[in-house]
Order: sequence, then C-alpha cells, then structure tokens
Amino acid sequence: MSPFAEYAISALLLFGGVFTLIGAIGLARLPDFYTRLHGPTKATTVGVGAIMLSSVIYFSAIGEEIGISEILITVFLLMTAPVSANILAKAAMHIGVQTVKNTQGKPWEQ
Amino acid sequence: MITTALYLTIGMVTLAALLNVYRLIKGPDEPDRVLAIDTLNINAIALIILLGITLGTRMYLESALLIAVMGFVSTVAMAKYLKRGSVIE
Repeated sequence: MSPFAEYAISALLLFGGVFTLIGAIGLARLPDFYTRLHGPTKATTVGVGAIMLSSVIYFSAIGEEIGISEILITVFLLMTAPVSANILAKAAMHIGVQTVKNTQGKPWEQ
Repeated sequence: MITTALYLTIGMVTLAALLNVYRLIKGPDEPDRVLAIDTLNINAIALIILLGITLGTRMYLESALLIAVMGFVSTVAMAKYLKRGSVIE
C-alpha cells in the first residue's frame, strides 16, 4: 500500500470519528429538543460519509474491486437523514415539546 | 498507522454510542428517544464498517445497508405514530 493511501485513510478515519463524537456530545449536552436535532444529522452525513470513504480507499488500495455497497449506503444516508430530521421536528411541534426559555416566537401556534 | 487510527476511531464511535444511550435513558420527551435510537443506528453502521476494515473483509457491508434501511423506516414509523396516533390510516 502506498504511503499516500495510508495517510488519506488515517486522516479520513479520524475526521469521521471526531465528527461522530461531536454529534453525540451535541445530542447529550444541548438544552432542548430542537437544538438537539442539529447534532446527529451532522454526525450522519459527514461522519459516516468520511468513514465510508476511507473504507472505499482501503479496499481499493489492497487490491479488491470497488463494491457498490459503500456507495449505496452513503447515498441512502445522505438522502434519508434530512427527511427523518424533518419528520421528527414536525412530530415534536405537533405534540408541543418544550423549548428553551428565550426562543423567539411559536410559529406552530397560529 | 492505520491500526492506530482505526482503534482511536472505534473508541470515539463507541463513546458516541454511550452518549446516545445516556440520552435514550434520560430524554425527557418521546422525540428525544426516537432521535437517540436513530443516532444509535447510524453509530452501528459506522462500527460495522470499522469492523470490516479491521478484519479486511467486505462481507458485513450488506448488514450495514440493512440497518440503514430498517432504521429509516422505523424512525419514520415512530414519528408518524407520535404525530397522528397511528402508523397506517
């Protein structure tokens, strides 16, 4: 394996891991549901995308052919993460989840 | 070098999964718990890919694809149940 491929795989792995950890810290620490929704979507798209890209580079560097599973998982996650976040936010607005105190306006009470 | 980065990344993703379990147990409302389970699905996909890189095989990627599809369907079903009171009307 060439050293450039090793550097690229290690950097992408660490980048994806750091993003996943930051998303989970945001999910655990932020004050209310609507702010908590912000963290895991970044972990989904950027974190798992970077880890998946490092997997693609690794398996093509050790001589296997490029499979379609990684690309399918990446495209599927990139498509479905905003949809699930949107539908969860709609459900939370419908059942009236509490916001933090200094949120301005309540557009769902019109 | 890849081995060190791989172990560090596995540690970080496992710590992220533990933080998600904390939110799953504590979460004051139902959407918090649904969001925590959705994020746990994502972390399981990341751990399966890292396992595949560790073992040098590509056999486990189909299970990651299955977890992705089923996680999305279950998240949408739970959100629709919370919003409407039923999944299929």
